[in-house]
Amino acid sequence: MSETHAQTVAFVRDTMLAPEPPPVAESGAVKWLRENLFSGPVNTVLTLLGVAIIWFLVSHFWDWFAHSVWNASSLNECRQIIIETWGEGARGACFAVIRERWNQYMFGFYPSALYWRPTMAFGLMFVALAPVLFSESLKIRRTVLVVTAVVTLWAMVQLNAPGAWLVFAAIVLVGGLAISERHVSWLLIFSVLYPLLGVWFLWGGSLWGPIMVLVGPLLGWAAWTLVGRFSALLATVAAIVVTLLWWLMFASRAAADAEGLLSLAIPFVRSDQFGGFLLAITIGVAGIALSLPLGIILALARRSDMFLIKSMAVIFIEFIRGVPLIALLFVASLLLNYFLPPSTNFDIILRVIIMVTLFSAAYMAEVIRGGLAALPRGQYEAADALGLDYWKAQRLIVLPQALKISIPGIVSTFIGMFKDTTLVTFVGLYEPLKSMSDAVRANIAWKGIYWEPFIFVGFIFFIICFGMSRYSMYLERRLRRDHR
Amino acid sequence: MSEAITREIDRSQMRISDEVAIEIHKMNKWYGTFHVLRDIDLTVHRGERIVIAGPSGSGKSTLIRCINRLEEHQSGRIVVDGVELTSDIKNIDKVRSEVGMVFQHFNLFPHLTVLENCTLAPIWVRKVPRKQAEATAMKYLEKVKIPEQADKYPGQLSGGQQQRVAIARSLCMQPRIMLFDEPTSALDPEMIKEVLDTMIELAEEGMTMICVTHEMGFAQAVANRVIFMDQGQIVEQNSPREFFNNPKSERTKLFLSQILGH
Repeated sequence: MSETHAQTVAFVRDTMLAPEPPPVAESGAVKWLRENLFSGPVNTVLTLLGVAIIWFLVSHFWDWFAHSVWNASSLNECRQIIIETWGEGARGACFAVIRERWNQYMFGFYPSALYWRPTMAFGLMFVALAPVLFSESLKIRRTVLVVTAVVTLWAMVQLNAPGAWLVFAAIVLVGGLAISERHVSWLLIFSVLYPLLGVWFLWGGSLWGPIMVLVGPLLGWAAWTLVGRFSALLATVAAIVVTLLWWLMFASRAAADAEGLLSLAIPFVRSDQFGGFLLAITIGVAGIALSLPLGIILALARRSDMFLIKSMAVIFIEFIRGVPLIALLFVASLLLNYFLPPSTNFDIILRVIIMVTLFSAAYMAEVIRGGLAALPRGQYEAADALGLDYWKAQRLIVLPQALKISIPGIVSTFIGMFKDTTLVTFVGLYEPLKSMSDAVRANIAWKGIYWEPFIFVGFIFFIICFGMSRYSMYLERRLRRDHR
Repeated sequence: MSEAITREIDRSQMRISDEVAIEIHKMNKWYGTFHVLRDIDLTVHRGERIVIAGPSGSGKSTLIRCINRLEEHQSGRIVVDGVELTSDIKNIDKVRSEVGMVFQHFNLFPHLTVLENCTLAPIWVRKVPRKQAEATAMKYLEKVKIPEQADKYPGQLSGGQQQRVAIARSLCMQPRIMLFDEPTSALDPEMIKEVLDTMIELAEEGMTMICVTHEMGFAQAVANRVIFMDQGQIVEQNSPREFFNNPKSERTKLFLSQILGH
């Protein structure tokens, strides 16, 4: 009974304890191995099995890669070289086909004298994208734009671009870099104009075409300000009607007339001459740029209180998601011809872009709807209580947060769509994976070459998709607001 | 029971005028078939500080959410600052820009800095130039004593700080009426005081306030009228002194004995 009862003894701390470093664990590598690879019998067995599988794969394919030939003009020559170098019975990859058919894989049947045009369009695309993708980081923008400028100009020189266009490209590239250093938001004007410029560079024809397309929204804006004095709703309707009327009825005639007065034409390239990665990237970039806004609108419509708008969005989304992309592409290539007047020349690439856009917009809408649903109701209420109207609340409060939540899903949809561009092979377009490789094999010199083109095309697709994935992770990190 | 209120209240600016700020007449609201608010009659004069108390589910929050139309009422009239709340969007927007609201869970915009939270509505709703909106925002952030946090994001602040930002955000719209929906219920005891202090300061400046709160110390010190609600009805309303010392209805007595009993 004489012991003190520890629980009941009063205690007052007179000095507070200073924080101390955690105990030093066993040294790094050994600890890591034990914890991650050999933590128990099952884990050890799995590790050994994994190592065995990797060994099996590498030992099987290693010699094929190691013996690869990069310089030859036909498959037979490749085989000859492999046998001469590595002896009878040796296997080896013949990547010479990529070296020899590089331009074909990149540009398809685009006129070779004009290869510089898509190259320039591709380079300038980064000037248009930089202020959008890297609006917050001057350092990244600078790196991207410097690399783009150097590579684009070098490639254009290699492809014998005319001097005047070299100067033009240099001005835009260097000018873009300079503007990005000081007033990055000014560069957004170029981002808005780029789609028209890009289309003009790719297909050629008269510059008056894109200019007259641009006139449409300007007229719409004029109508909006004029009618806006009377009624906000009427003004919106007037703007849309005026723009569409101009595009459908007057734009092409006005372009033709203007071209007659002052010719601004460069050689025209038909859509069936497009091919390879030029085609895949054209469809992919256009689809990505168009499907995000369309997806946002569909997602908002699906959550709308208005019954008609909501039902239309639901029907559209469910229909598009329920149909295979190939079916939509067939509709684009075959059925539309039955419905349109015989003389209309509705460009096949444009038709495919529309279908691909609608397809991925439906998926996009569901991804974004998930983000919208994840926002707490309090955010909507706070926006309401402050007096923000529906569109302002969506733009300033709801969408920035919902899109941030949806970034992984959005980028997954982009990646999926970009890979799906290879399906246009079924409507007779020369996408790189199948059509282009078939075209290459059609030549007697490369008959029988299968693995190498697939590996090459897959590798390029991987680089682009991996790039998108890394960008999405960068964006998520940048937008993280809770712990900084 | 009023540990949170430690200082003397300066009543020199607290004046209740004859002007009517809010008038609610025979207002009813249903959630589906559930009758949440029943025949509510309430007149609030400019400068009044009203505390609404009552058990959970009694309709207190719903009542003040009806005043800026976060909830729609189905019958009766609500007139705020001379504007009747109907389904007319223009009236709703007019009322909302005059009535500030502070929520239980703050509802700050997590993707914007504290300063941006405060300037957003003035810039986009009131069309105040950015510079001026920022100056006003800093003034109110100083008032709630966190000007140094202006460039942080809400997620980096404590609950009490966030709630003070939420109050500053509402004040930036320079509202004539402030609604508080259980502003301290989600806070730790240590942080309740800082938020209540801010609210007391507002009351001292003569702001018209309606607070749904369980802080009876605040009610006694600041309110000029306490309203007790139960089952969607106003059961009793009186001056705080009468309300706490001499409750009339049995339901009020029971409620007071439960929250003040221990």
